[in-house]
Amino acid sequence: MNTQPGDTAPDQVARLLALVPYLLARGEVRLDDAAAHFGTDADQIERDLRLLFMTGLSPGLPGDLIEVDLEALEGDRIIRVDNADYLARPVRFSPAEATSLVVALRTMVEAAPEEARDVIERTLAKLEQAAGQDGEGLLRLHVTPTPLEASAVVPVLESAIAHGHQVEIGYHVPSRDEESQRLVDPRGLARVEDLLYLDAWCHTAQDDRAFRVDRILSATELETPVADPGARARDLTGGWFTDGETTTVTLRLAPPARWVVEYYQVTAQRPGPDGTVDVDLEVASEQWVRSLLLRLAPHATLLAPAHYAEALTAEARATLSLYEDDGVDFS
Amino acid sequence: MAQPRAERLMNLHILLLGAKRFIGKDAIREACYADHPRGAAGDEAFERAFERDKDALRQIGAVIEVGSADAFFDDEIGYRIPTEQTSLPEIRFESDEAAVLGLAAQVWQQATLARATTRALAKLKGQGVEIDPSRLGVVAPAITADDPAFEPLWDAVGKRRQVSFPYQRASETEPTTRRVQPWGLARSSGRWYVVGLDVDRGAERVFRLSRIVGPVRASGKSGAYDVPAGTDVRAVARRLSPSFPSVRAEVRVRQGTGVGLRRRAESVTPLEGLAGWDLVVVEGPVHDLSDEVLTYGTDVVVQAPESLRDEVVSRLRAVAEGPR
Repeated sequence: MNTQPGDTAPDQVARLLALVPYLLARGEVRLDDAAAHFGTDADQIERDLRLLFMTGLSPGLPGDLIEVDLEALEGDRIIRVDNADYLARPVRFSPAEATSLVVALRTMVEAAPEEARDVIERTLAKLEQAAGQDGEGLLRLHVTPTPLEASAVVPVLESAIAHGHQVEIGYHVPSRDEESQRLVDPRGLARVEDLLYLDAWCHTAQDDRAFRVDRILSATELETPVADPGARARDLTGGWFTDGETTTVTLRLAPPARWVVEYYQVTAQRPGPDGTVDVDLEVASEQWVRSLLLRLAPHATLLAPAHYAEALTAEARATLSLYEDDGVDFS
Repeated sequence: MAQPRAERLMNLHILLLGAKRFIGKDAIREACYADHPRGAAGDEAFERAFERDKDALRQIGAVIEVGSADAFFDDEIGYRIPTEQTSLPEIRFESDEAAVLGLAAQVWQQATLARATTRALAKLKGQGVEIDPSRLGVVAPAITADDPAFEPLWDAVGKRRQVSFPYQRASETEPTTRRVQPWGLARSSGRWYVVGLDVDRGAERVFRLSRIVGPVRASGKSGAYDVPAGTDVRAVARRLSPSFPSVRAEVRVRQGTGVGLRRRAESVTPLEGLAGWDLVVVEGPVHDLSDEVLTYGTDVVVQAPESLRDEVVSRLRAVAEGPR
C-alpha cells in the first residue's frame, strides 16, 4: 500500500468518506481542484480513489462496485465517480473531532479582539448544534488561554520568521513608558526563564535587539524580505543578556513552592530541614530572582548569594513603606 | 495478496450503512472478512479484526447499532449503521465563518487534536464548505499539550476507560499510584489538569499533568463508567485547585511598569494628586493577584480590596524580616 508515514487505514477511510460526497455533488471535478479544496496533494487523492475503486455494496460482484473513471483520471486528470449514492453525505463528527474543533473555536473567542468575536461565536453556535443537543456529542475539554497563548503577536512573529519577512512592531518601553514603532528583521523566538523574547535586527535602532514578546503590543508581517535571510537566531539562553555572566542562586523551598523545581532549570537539589528542599538555579538577572522570591513569599528563602538576599529584603521593606505611607496599620 | 485494511473498513461501512435490518456477524464475515478462514484460529482473528474495525468506524464518526439479526430468535447479534444518525447535518457557513474554520485548524499544537480538527474540517469540506483562513484579520491562539500524560489521558476520556499513574504531590517526597476514572481535561494558567473520580478515595479529584511522573496505563473495558451529568471540568478544576473566588482589585501602578496588569486591566486612569502613578482595575482570584502584584515589587501598591491588601502586606513582611 502506498501510505504516508503516520497515515493509518482509518485516516484514509475518513478522507474518502469526506471526498465522495464532494465529488458526487459536483459530478465532475478536476483532480487539482479537489486537491486544493481539501488542502492536500493530487497524489494522495489519486491513491484514495484507487482504493475507492475496490469497494462497493457487494464486493466481488461487478456492477455493485463504486465506479471511478480511471481513464479520465489518468488522462485528463478529471474525477468522475458513480454508483456511490449511498455515500452522498459526510459522516457526522465523532466526539473527538467535534470536541477538538469546538474547543479550538471557544479558545479563539476568548483570545479574539472584540470586533472578531461575533463571527467566531456564530460559527461556534453552528458547530455546537451539529455536535448534538446540549453538547452531548462533545467530550470534556476546556482551555483558558494564558495571555501569551492568546497573544495575537506570537503567530505573526512565527509566520514572519518562517517566511523570512520583515515585521513592524509596536513596542512598549517601560523605562520611558512609551510605545514606539519599529521595523525589525526577526530571527527567532526564545524562552528565557519565564519570558519569551524575539531576537531581531532592529532597523530603527540599527542594532541587534531582544524584544520581550509580552511588551510587543502589535505586530504586522510585511511582504518585504529580511536583509540577511541567512542570519541565525542568537542563543538567548547562554547569558546573552549579561555578556555570558550568570549567577548561582540557592533557594530553600517549602512544599507550596516546590513547583519551582519542575518549572525552571534547577542545577542541583538537596533536602533541607522540615520538608524543605534547597535548590541551585543559574540565573542571568537579579531582578528576575527578586520577582520570583516575592511571588513565592512566604514559602521560599534566598540562601545565597548574600547580597541578593539583602537586596530582596530591601525591596520588600521599600514596598512595605509604600503601604505605610498609605496608612496601613502594621501593629 | 491480503486485502488492505482501509478497503475492508470501507466495505464494512458501506455494508452496514443504511441497512434496513441488522446484519448478522456471519454475513458480515462472509462479505468483508473472506481472508479469515473458518476454524479456531481464523475465528479468533476475525473477532479481533471485527472489534478493531467497529472501533475504527466509531472513531470516524459512524453510529453502529447493535440488535437482533433474526426476527424470531434473538441469539444472533447483528449490526447496522443508520444513515440519518450517522450523516453530518447540513450546515451552511457564511464566507467569514468559513474563514474562522480555517483558523481553527491552527489552534492545536498537539498531534492528536490537530488531526481530529483536520478530519472534522474535511467533513465540512465534503459538504462543499470553502475554507480560506487568509480572509480574516485575526490570528489563532496556539495551544500546546506537551505533557507525555496528555495523549493517553485524552484517549481514556474518549473511551471512558479507567487509568492509573504515579503522581508526585508537591508536599510529598515519594510519588503514589492513583487510580482514576478520567472525566475530562482542562488547561489553565498554561498547565493541563485531568479531572475525574479518584477510585480509591471515592471522590472527584484534579491532577496536574506535569506531576504525573510515569506512564499512564489504561485498564478494563471501554465505556466502563459514566461521567456525571452536567460535569463542567473547568468548574471542577477551579473548585478543587487551591485558588480563591475572583475579586475586582484597584491597584496603583507606577507609570511605565506593570505591563502584564495593564494589558488585562478593566481600566487604567492617571491618579490625581500622585504624579507618575496610574489607578489600574483588574479582576482575578486573590491569591493569583497577590502573586502577580508581589512580582512587581515597589512598582505596584494594592488599594482595594482589603483581603488582597492584607495578603500582600503579610507576605511582604515575611520577606522583609529575612531568613530566620
